[in-house]
Amino acid sequence: MSMTFAEKVLAKYAKEKEVVPGQIVTVKPDHLLMHDNASPIVQKIKLELEQYGLYNASLPIIVLDHVIPADNEKTATNHKLIREFVKKYKVQHFFDIGYGICHQLVVEKGLALPGQLLLGSDSHTCSYGAVGAFSTGIDRTEAAALLLTGETWLKVPQSIKMILEGTLQEGVSAKDVVLYIIGDISASGANYCSIEFHGDIHQFSAEERFTIANMGVEMGAKNVFFPVDDVTIKYLKSIGVARSRYAPINPDDGAVYVQELTYDISDISPVIAVPHGVDKVKKVTDVEGLEIQQCLIGTCTNGRLSDFRIAAKILKGKKVHPNVRLLLLPSSRQVYLDALKEGLIDTLVDAGGVLLPPGCGPCLGAHQGVLAPGERCLSTSNRNFKGRMGCNEAEIYLASPATVAVSAIYGKITDPRKEVHRK
Amino acid sequence: MNIWKYGDNINTDMLFPGKYTYTCSTSEEIKPHLLEDLDPSFAKNVKEGDLLFAGKNFGCGSSREQPVVGLKAVGIQAVVAESFARIFFRAAINQGLLLIECPEAVRAYSKEDTVFLDLEKGNIIIGGKSFSFPKLPKEILAIRDAGGLLAYTRSKLKKKN
Repeated sequence: MSMTFAEKVLAKYAKEKEVVPGQIVTVKPDHLLMHDNASPIVQKIKLELEQYGLYNASLPIIVLDHVIPADNEKTATNHKLIREFVKKYKVQHFFDIGYGICHQLVVEKGLALPGQLLLGSDSHTCSYGAVGAFSTGIDRTEAAALLLTGETWLKVPQSIKMILEGTLQEGVSAKDVVLYIIGDISASGANYCSIEFHGDIHQFSAEERFTIANMGVEMGAKNVFFPVDDVTIKYLKSIGVARSRYAPINPDDGAVYVQELTYDISDISPVIAVPHGVDKVKKVTDVEGLEIQQCLIGTCTNGRLSDFRIAAKILKGKKVHPNVRLLLLPSSRQVYLDALKEGLIDTLVDAGGVLLPPGCGPCLGAHQGVLAPGERCLSTSNRNFKGRMGCNEAEIYLASPATVAVSAIYGKITDPRKEVHRK
Repeated sequence: MNIWKYGDNINTDMLFPGKYTYTCSTSEEIKPHLLEDLDPSFAKNVKEGDLLFAGKNFGCGSSREQPVVGLKAVGIQAVVAESFARIFFRAAINQGLLLIECPEAVRAYSKEDTVFLDLEKGNIIIGGKSFSFPKLPKEILAIRDAGGLLAYTRSKLKKKN
């Protein structure tokens, strides 16, 4: 029987010859991701851990990224508890503050490989489909149970095939593509489903695929998948993962999809998600001229080297508008170091950017870059929910790094193609 | 019994603001902030046995489980929605919170209607009209019926060791 990517991976992990959508399977994931929430997670099972121990010290990946460095005593105590847990149970994959954002690290450190299965107590765990892994988010309690048993149930999802055709226009990026798709199918358009990307995907680098996969959950998807090709293999090689270390799983020809959608991406212009929903997507030109007070370039959606290259190219020799605060948030220490070496940080800070430590920063509104009532932020992050950046009377708009960088210069929302064409 | 009704795409930031995610974990810490940015009257007035009705994609967004822990702790009998986001759906099973996916019931409900839940039959009766909702698969019901995933896991580990 021909199977989709999700069906093939779940059949493999359930040790079944074949599985069908709707079937419940029991699986043992390769890794379980946790971040600052590892503290409440391990506290739930303190006694059971004492009694039964950790299922496997190589299962958990723990990254301190959400509120770093600690902003108060309570956060600091949570971080301390996590460090003690890591030491006591000899957790193999631990990244203390400063390493970067959990999703970036999982991919960058080669902890998510093609054909593998990962679960994480964070909704953007779906990002690892960028390198051909099956990954999806779970809640804290489920993460706690996994630490003890190493296994859980998953329902085999139906799959949606998205075919991208054509080549992107200049000034248009992967972020515009994924926002456009979310605007088309809505925030619940892929609920419970596995999304596979096909077609002219060769033009997208591993970093761009990451941006697209990262936002799968914003259309309700369980996971997102990019077929493993020479782009994936080359990327993995660049981070030191030899081809012999993984066994890609690609969907069969003739697999059955619940929906097939074809997008001519050469038609897409720069787009923007307006408050307060990721699927409220408009052309940038429709909201051009709206004044902004804060800009954010970075996060697990758009905080990689290629994103900072785009921003630096636009901001080189320019100044951020005096009414705007431009925050820069590299997704990892490696990205930060690479950007330093290339002089991108020089350019961006010289233009007026404020550099934040690699982590989640302003994206979730817990600290750093919180907005005031009536303020408007233009961000490369993945959510513009009401209150998301710490204030429920502020507005968040989502766009590509190019749109945010150009808009930071003018102090208002601006079509990035203006700047591209001026050069 | 009161019924709280909200629209589509009620996300987890509306149910429990992200700014509290890393400082509030226990139900007592969560309760005062439940639905804070959606309906400030909810936390003050919600009572044991109340029902919550919502549109499509209830609980979308972050994987934080405080919304589920909070709704369970204040005694919400069930959330009836046109559809749920998947992480929220799993979290509800894991906390033993009843979710009813029944678009017809949500659309049929209007303010003065009396509502009755018949869990035995898997029916929700709204203004005298009955709507059936699908039962969960037995593997999953076992988790919810054990009182949630931690209780279920504890008993599984006990049997094994």
